[in-house]
Amino acid sequence: MSWSGGPHGAPEPGAVGLAARVRAGEVRAADVAEETLERVGRRDGELHCFNVVTADAMRSAAAAVDRLVASGADPGPLAGVPVAVKDNLCTRGVPTTCSSKMLEHWVPPYDATVVTRLVAAGALVVGKTNLDEFAMGSSTENSAFGPTRNPWDTSRVPGGSSGGSAAAVAADLAPLALGSDTGGSIRQPAALCGVVGIKPTYGLVSRYGLVAFASSLDQVGPFAATVADAALVLEVIAGHDEMDSTSLDRPVEGLLDATGSGAGGLRVGVVADFLADASADCASAVRAAAEVLAGAGAAVEEVALPELLHGLSAYYLIAPAEASSNLARYDGVRYGLRVDGDDVEQMNARTRAAGFGPEVRRRIMLGTYVLSAGYYDAYYAQAQRVRTLVARTFARAYERFDVLLAPTTPSVAFPLGAKTADPLEMYLADLFTIPSNLAGHPAMSVPFALDPQGLPVGVQVLAPALGEVAMLRAAGVLEAGAAPGARGPVASRSEAGR
Amino acid sequence: MAVELSSEEVLHVARLARLELGAEESTSAARQLSAILEHVDAVRALDLGGIPPTSHPLELVNVLRDDVERPCLDRADVLAGAPAVEDGRFAVPRILGEAP
Amino acid sequence: MSTGPAPAGAGRASADFEVVVGLEVHCELSTATKLFCGCPNRFGSEPNTQVCPVCLGLPGALPVLNRRAVELAVRVGRALHCEIRPSTFHRKNYFYPDMPKDFQISQYDEPIDVDGYLELPSGRRIGIERAHIEEDTGKTTHLGGGGRIHGADRSLVDYNRAGVPLVEIVSRPDMRSADEARAYVAELRAILVASGASDGRMEEGSLRVDANVSVRRTGSDAFGTRCEVKNLNSLRSLGRAIEHEQARQVALLEAGERVVQETRHWNEDEGRTSSMRSKEEANDYRYFPEPDLVPLAPDGAFVAAATAGLGLMPAERRARLATTVHGPDAAVAASTLDQITTVVDLGLDDLVVEVVERGADARLALARAANEAAQSPEDARRLDPGAFCRLLELEAGGSLSSTQAKSVLAEMLAAGGEPDAIARRLGYEALGSEALESAIDAVVAAHPDAWARYAAGEDKVAQLLTGQVMKATKGRANGKAVAAALAARRG
Ligand SMILES: [Zn+2]
Repeated sequence: MSWSGGPHGAPEPGAVGLAARVRAGEVRAADVAEETLERVGRRDGELHCFNVVTADAMRSAAAAVDRLVASGADPGPLAGVPVAVKDNLCTRGVPTTCSSKMLEHWVPPYDATVVTRLVAAGALVVGKTNLDEFAMGSSTENSAFGPTRNPWDTSRVPGGSSGGSAAAVAADLAPLALGSDTGGSIRQPAALCGVVGIKPTYGLVSRYGLVAFASSLDQVGPFAATVADAALVLEVIAGHDEMDSTSLDRPVEGLLDATGSGAGGLRVGVVADFLADASADCASAVRAAAEVLAGAGAAVEEVALPELLHGLSAYYLIAPAEASSNLARYDGVRYGLRVDGDDVEQMNARTRAAGFGPEVRRRIMLGTYVLSAGYYDAYYAQAQRVRTLVARTFARAYERFDVLLAPTTPSVAFPLGAKTADPLEMYLADLFTIPSNLAGHPAMSVPFALDPQGLPVGVQVLAPALGEVAMLRAAGVLEAGAAPGARGPVASRSEAGR
Repeated sequence: MAVELSSEEVLHVARLARLELGAEESTSAARQLSAILEHVDAVRALDLGGIPPTSHPLELVNVLRDDVERPCLDRADVLAGAPAVEDGRFAVPRILGEAP
Repeated sequence: MSTGPAPAGAGRASADFEVVVGLEVHCELSTATKLFCGCPNRFGSEPNTQVCPVCLGLPGALPVLNRRAVELAVRVGRALHCEIRPSTFHRKNYFYPDMPKDFQISQYDEPIDVDGYLELPSGRRIGIERAHIEEDTGKTTHLGGGGRIHGADRSLVDYNRAGVPLVEIVSRPDMRSADEARAYVAELRAILVASGASDGRMEEGSLRVDANVSVRRTGSDAFGTRCEVKNLNSLRSLGRAIEHEQARQVALLEAGERVVQETRHWNEDEGRTSSMRSKEEANDYRYFPEPDLVPLAPDGAFVAAATAGLGLMPAERRARLATTVHGPDAAVAASTLDQITTVVDLGLDDLVVEVVERGADARLALARAANEAAQSPEDARRLDPGAFCRLLELEAGGSLSSTQAKSVLAEMLAAGGEPDAIARRLGYEALGSEALESAIDAVVAAHPDAWARYAAGEDKVAQLLTGQVMKATKGRANGKAVAAALAARRG
């Protein structure tokens, strides 16, 4: 069984169709669980999408769904659909490591709100997926537990930081996954793995239980093989949460419907400045995508928004500053790793030096520096002004456009180890995704093309705050017009060649 | 506006951040941080005089909860992940200074 | 903000110097739950039983602000004549094991209450710079080394108190003596209790005081270098610590040395302050706006609802009582001022105002409240105003002697009841004039010499005769009535 294909001739593919078949009693959730676990068992040794697979919990969740179906009760919109959860989302009784030695053995006593909502909707949690440590990175190579490999080419990275979730969907180990996006951590790996990834409007999805990296930028969102599946997950996890002060109290409606309602009359701006900084393949994919939208009745035009490119620098001041504070609590006192010392200060310092990997330490140092006395105004306050500049630039653009179209990434998936020596090189991977985080706007990556090596190329649709409906309309059209074979799931070449 | 952090500055930052850092590491950290700061230095050069800072993407105000009790965690769960426990409390090595 | 001259008695250590004191008072707010989570705000539970993911700083947990804490902060602001302003929360970053997140959420450059004042019983106003909301820390117990931090070999942390809501009230450096600092804290405590913000229990740590103390040459406008003194757990410690610190700083200056700006720890047993081990580097708290919270902007409706039912504050009650006793604008004698302060402190001013409105003698009412009723204030607050008023009437009208009236009042405080009935039960029924005259007959007959001297105009003998009449009537006679009868008989 494949979640995204329709080998049985089912009316709807993917998670939407699978949930419908489970709800109708045509497919048993227990069988879905067993097939999923079998596939994970076969593939994940090589790919390392998962830090932990929660087989027992998945089986009992499946049994519960089947009992509900048998009793005639509503098992929820994601009934029996497997979902992989990024390992920086808290799961009660299941280790939540953030792919860090610091939290290697930490077991939360509570569930993140998004996990609670998925489970209540009937989804089956497969396990916790690998990430760059504390979500800091763009390749998943910063995991303390080893990198995840890209299912399209296992010598390449899946992107990051939500690389495990993106690769799991791309390798068909789960039709759905959750990630978090602080500067592109959903969209960039989605693009590199040929799957759909959405970063929702800031505040649309609760952050309660998401281990914080940079609180004013972090947002949870879905991965899926199809735009409709991603929209369905977003409908399930979005909505007000009284446990998160930054949660928006607005109804969330019409997302799934939007994916099929076409792009007629949509005003689309193509961000010209990003094209110049993208590889030829990534830029030409955007141009082709623009044509597809124009062909579907959208009004497409190029727009110059050069100020957005300042976002990267601002981001690498703001995100580390917030992270330096958010990660202070890992001090060896209450949970997680402790390395002993003669006094509490030495214990703290040794614990943190040993528990955090080099990139996390680097960002903590950077963030501490830019907040420290004498530098705050020059760096942090100035970066916050750039944030205003970015928001105003977007606001100007959205007076003329409903959505913007841009490359998701400057290049396709790069080989493992290609950028680990130079952090700055790695940071550039987020150049096109960061502005949406700074402004709190939604944006998503849609798999659209293949490069000459057969690697997937994603295009990015950006929208103003709460502009998810317009964004999903455009995404649905792009999906329909994408190059054949541009989207996952894919059997990795190494497996296919074996 | 080249930025050059000295290894003393880096050690100061490491103390503030409670990260143990050897002398050798401080040199390479100084180099890396300087390189990053140099890269983001364009931000400092921008003339943004009339633009107010944004600390948050939302314009919400007054998000408040009612003063109503919710269940606490069981103490077993509270202490389950603790590196050292004594007498129902979290044990730490000696503390050298008073809280500031 | 401060008005009026510095009171006499300042600069006890040397007439050439005066002490300048500003106080920072941390007050735990009387909410049902903590500042950012639903854990109970309760003192004295088993360690680490009142914690949740939020106040334990678990990864992923987020703060949500307690509406009641904001309301109480608004009430405190109003009671201190502050402006209530839009405010934001910041993170104050420093590592300490009693702080679960290793940062404290606190209001920094935009506090909720700014620019107010507090009026002392003396009439002097002490400026309030600001009052802001912040979260409390956990509690640390030091093991080994006799329970002190220095010399301990390990420490244990209990986070039950972590996240309890505090307001920190920062005065301007307007106090000029230890006595004034004590009066300020006593007055502030009364205001906090009156506004419903706090239970005011200093000994349980509900109220914690840090003092900024400096000295300067008398007449100078410039401030001297200040020291912050911590660990002041009672009004007594506060006063002693300020006097000690004043003397220490004056001695340094007189010896030609400098005062070093630092934090000092008050040791109650040794009666002195000592330098707290200063870190090799200054604290750098790296404040930045708390991204997990949104700004507070209390509008008029919020402030009105929060301050609804806010009664008169002590200074206003003292003013009301002074007007009741003396009429408006009258100068009040120091002894009366003390009585007024006592009555307001004990919450007996409503009683006094009510009985005066019912026609009781104002000075007598104030005196009985400040002296006798004040001996058992809880009983006094339960006293029936009608009964108290009747008692004052009996005393003022001469039906009861002041000694009798005090005994009747003691009985009323202990067991309640009507003063007439109590007086009867105690045998204080005023003697009829016939009975009084016959008692006087008997005394005159028994002491003819004394009577002769009195009749001849020797007034001081009246005392002796009155005493004998009182004795003969077993105290039932009214002294004034006896004196009047004797005078009438002499003609
Ligand atoms: Zn709590």
